[in-house]
Amino acid sequence: MKRPERIAFRPLVRIWSVLPSASVASLPDLIMFSAGLALFYGIVEVARNWLGPFHPQIEISRSLGALPVYAGYSLLRIALAYILSLLFALIYGYIAAYRPRAERFMIPLLDVLQSIPVLSFLPGVMLAMAALFPGRQLGVELGAVLLIFTGQVWNMAFSFYASLKSIPREMREAATIYRFNWWQRLLQIELPYATIGLVWNSMMSVAGAWFFLMACEQFGDFRLPGLGSYLQAAADNGDTRSIFLGIVTMVAVIVLIDQFVWRPVIAWSEKFKMEQVESTSVPTSRVLDFLRRSRGVALFRKRAVRPLREQMVHYFAQQSDVRAESAGGNQTVLWLWRVVGAVALGAIGYAVVRVIMILTGLSASDFRQIGVGLFATWLRVNLTLVLGALWTIPVGVAIGFNPRLARIAQPLAQIAASVPATAVFPVVMLVLIRMGGGLGFGSIVLLLLGTQWYILFNVIAGAMAIPTDLKEAASVFGIRGWERWRKLILPGIFPFLVTGMITASGGAWNVSIVAEYAHLKGHVYSTVGIGAMISAATDAKNFNLLLASTIALAAVVVTTNRLLWRRLYRLAESRFKLES
Amino acid sequence: MTDPVISVTEPIIRAHAVEKFYDQPDGNRIEVIAPIDLNVEPGKIITLLGPSGCGKSTLLRILTGLSQPSSGEVLWHGQPLTSQNAGVAIVFQSFALFPWLTVLDNVEAPLEARGVPAMERHKRALRILDTVGLDGFESAYPKELSGGMKQRVGFARALVVEPEVLFMDEPFSALDVLTAENLRNELLELWLGKKMPTQSIFIVTHNIEEAVLLADRVIVLARNPAWVRADFSIELTHPRDRKSPRFVELVDYIYKIMTQPQLALAAPEAGAAAQKPVRQKYQMIPHARVGGIAGLLELLQDRGGKEYLHRLAEVLIMDAEDLLPIIEASVLLGFATLKDGDVQITAEGTRFAEADILTRKILFRQAALNHVVILQQIDSVLHAKTDHSISQEFFYDILDEHFSQDEVERQFETAMNWGRYAEIFDFDRESHRLILAEPVGEPHPPTSPVQP
Ligand SMILES: Nc1ncnc2c1ncn2[C@@H]1O[C@H](COP(=O)(O)OP(=O)(O)O)[C@@H](O)[C@H]1O
Ligand SMILES: [Mg+2]
Repeated sequence: MKRPERIAFRPLVRIWSVLPSASVASLPDLIMFSAGLALFYGIVEVARNWLGPFHPQIEISRSLGALPVYAGYSLLRIALAYILSLLFALIYGYIAAYRPRAERFMIPLLDVLQSIPVLSFLPGVMLAMAALFPGRQLGVELGAVLLIFTGQVWNMAFSFYASLKSIPREMREAATIYRFNWWQRLLQIELPYATIGLVWNSMMSVAGAWFFLMACEQFGDFRLPGLGSYLQAAADNGDTRSIFLGIVTMVAVIVLIDQFVWRPVIAWSEKFKMEQVESTSVPTSRVLDFLRRSRGVALFRKRAVRPLREQMVHYFAQQSDVRAESAGGNQTVLWLWRVVGAVALGAIGYAVVRVIMILTGLSASDFRQIGVGLFATWLRVNLTLVLGALWTIPVGVAIGFNPRLARIAQPLAQIAASVPATAVFPVVMLVLIRMGGGLGFGSIVLLLLGTQWYILFNVIAGAMAIPTDLKEAASVFGIRGWERWRKLILPGIFPFLVTGMITASGGAWNVSIVAEYAHLKGHVYSTVGIGAMISAATDAKNFNLLLASTIALAAVVVTTNRLLWRRLYRLAESRFKLES
Repeated sequence: MTDPVISVTEPIIRAHAVEKFYDQPDGNRIEVIAPIDLNVEPGKIITLLGPSGCGKSTLLRILTGLSQPSSGEVLWHGQPLTSQNAGVAIVFQSFALFPWLTVLDNVEAPLEARGVPAMERHKRALRILDTVGLDGFESAYPKELSGGMKQRVGFARALVVEPEVLFMDEPFSALDVLTAENLRNELLELWLGKKMPTQSIFIVTHNIEEAVLLADRVIVLARNPAWVRADFSIELTHPRDRKSPRFVELVDYIYKIMTQPQLALAAPEAGAAAQKPVRQKYQMIPHARVGGIAGLLELLQDRGGKEYLHRLAEVLIMDAEDLLPIIEASVLLGFATLKDGDVQITAEGTRFAEADILTRKILFRQAALNHVVILQQIDSVLHAKTDHSISQEFFYDILDEHFSQDEVERQFETAMNWGRYAEIFDFDRESHRLILAEPVGEPHPPTSPVQP
């Protein structure tokens, strides 16, 4: 009975298995060819704009047709900053991991840089870059890229460094005993081992980058054509339709990046997991399958990648032979490092002296003003954290304890969180000012908008991580109501809550720079705070005050991190960790 | 400590007075390997035996050029050894494969490093994969393979570079018993059938039977710091029968060596005694848990109070790695004695084995305070201090001067296990402090305040 059936099927199956791969293979190729053309056109357009003269007051068109172009510009800035960050992170992490002497100060430096609110540099960087390329759009564009770079590079660098440090000893020894050269180590051990960490940190970094980008694009005299300025213009004119379209475009761009970049990358990076056995559920991506099926890609790998790789293999194999024979090269390298170190030290020394000179030139009232501003912002940031925790803890726990609710709420929250808070600031600001609350209260709303998600997501994760048997034990022993919160839920979510609060605190300081001071419809709205001071000093071109406020802000944030958050984090790590 | 017989063949590797120190973070220097002379001659399988943590891997790394000795020198065919000139390969306990490369790419990688052209690389790798029984698995990733298959890839990667000396660091320890046995036999088959161009194989192991099964020469290391306690040849023909009298005799002999008090066996060899540092050693407690000690004593009591070491290992299905510390601990505590490979329970041991739970605690406490230096120290310090508590750092500092960092952890961990069982002290994990306990059997003072 069965046999004829199978035979009857066979030719058809064979045809299917041959035909589609042929026809599908040409479709991807066609698409990719067109994409290449589009890319080329884009580069030419961008070059014309960026190398063109600087427009101090860029006209932002609110037409629907302009939206894709603006989205493209925003995306380009993100992409450039990301590539720059990746390169820098690789180099920084590599040096820190392999040069013990450099490591001693590179890692603490990373820690400080990571906790400084980047947006506090926004005014300074923009002014400097505009001055560096006078009369060219390129200056402010690079300024934006540089700023995004500073916002996203540190955690990537640290991730790469930490990965390199944790490569298993025997794996390294295998590489040594089999005489891997520098290139082979990088390509076959170091990069693969670090990939998973780099991918996750890249995703975090790029999400953060949108936040900084929006702030840059909306920044006073230096605003840039992009989604951020589009939304700002729309809000300025009270144009609800454009506001709506802008936000939809924003969400669409983020979803597309997720689908076309992150998902394929995550699916691809699966093979770099250090697991001993294959996991059962493996992330997949249509786009990745599509690329893998493309004949053009396959041909490119065969004709270009593989021969190139082979060349590199031979080149470096010879190099390492040569190096083994003459061990003299080390001396030059050592001197090179000494010179680099000396130059860096000199530059730092000069900068410190300059800063001290500027700071001593400030008046007592300036310092008092800075102190008051810092205190006001500090209160606001911490009030925001408390408010955020107050609403997110019950909601997050409810979501985390209820899988059905989680299925609905989590994607919604993710989309809401993916819209960078700075993108909607102009809109929220507009509403707040219409309501007549003023920025003192309004800035707290803005801070909350920018930071509550970190807390919410961590609380949800924490609630989900509480083991079911603990929950059941609690109910068996009749632990209910407040007791249940005190004995089970709060200790359970504590480490997660602390992590969320730390991230939120960093975010809140950043937001405060743009939330305390706003140009809207020709008026300046502001409230007391260090963020407002920084923005006002920029507007007034008072560079000394700008510098002093920025440094003071950075100092306070770093100190708070050290004294408060790091201790809480340790406590959470050691005491409240639910070990499985 | 070289072979008593002057060998005709020139050694491939010659280690002369190699010694290794590790710097501790607190500035102490710990000697892991006392000066050792060792030659690796062609035509032999050499096994290096020793308890875990004694420095076997460290010595292997020195012999391969992966790590530099703190003093002494290693010669490769008469020339100073570097990782570039050594014709060696290593098979690792953890396999150390690259999970993101296929089996074939893993095996090709060492050839790539040597600049072998693609076609040739491919051919040689395939041939080796065939030899170790992996044909058909070329394009698999390591995580798709079982442990035994992974180790075959490890073998293939090592053999593809045609090493003169093949080093293996506990190559079978991560595998289950049957797989390990199977792989050992295949290794022997390749070796005896001269199917690999390797001149000599150097295997580190803590498994005594494995050593007797494979080795032409056995080197036994003692620990803290490592020194060669015995070095002898085995002339049995292959395949070796585990049940043959000679085999059993050899296993027994090695058990005996490994359990002898340190100086007894070293004495006849003048050279060894001279090399061994004579300074007074701090007592090292064997890493055994109280439960294991109690189990051993009960078993001994059951079997009439006396048993051969390797019979015990068989009955308990344990290898020397796990059994020896338990026996050493029982001896240290005065619950058992060791003589000529026999374990004999003492009167104290019998009392312990027959006692109920509470009495056992009291007996263990007495034994511990009589024999274990670190516990004596803890007890006297806790009694001396007015708050009857002290930070764990205090003992870390004492131990740090004598042991490497890992070993300090292990010593402390074991001391905690014993001391808490004996109710000499309590350990508060949060404050990292030891607190004097009120032992069982002593009545509470009537005025004692209510504890929170
Ligand atoms: N890199 C290192 N730094 C400090 N101590 C080390 C290092 N490597 C090994 N040791 C110590 O040297 C001793 C011997 O280690 P090892 O050679 O791995 O022992 P084995 O292989 O016999 O189990 C151990 O106590 C270990 O803690
Ligand atoms: Mg070892």
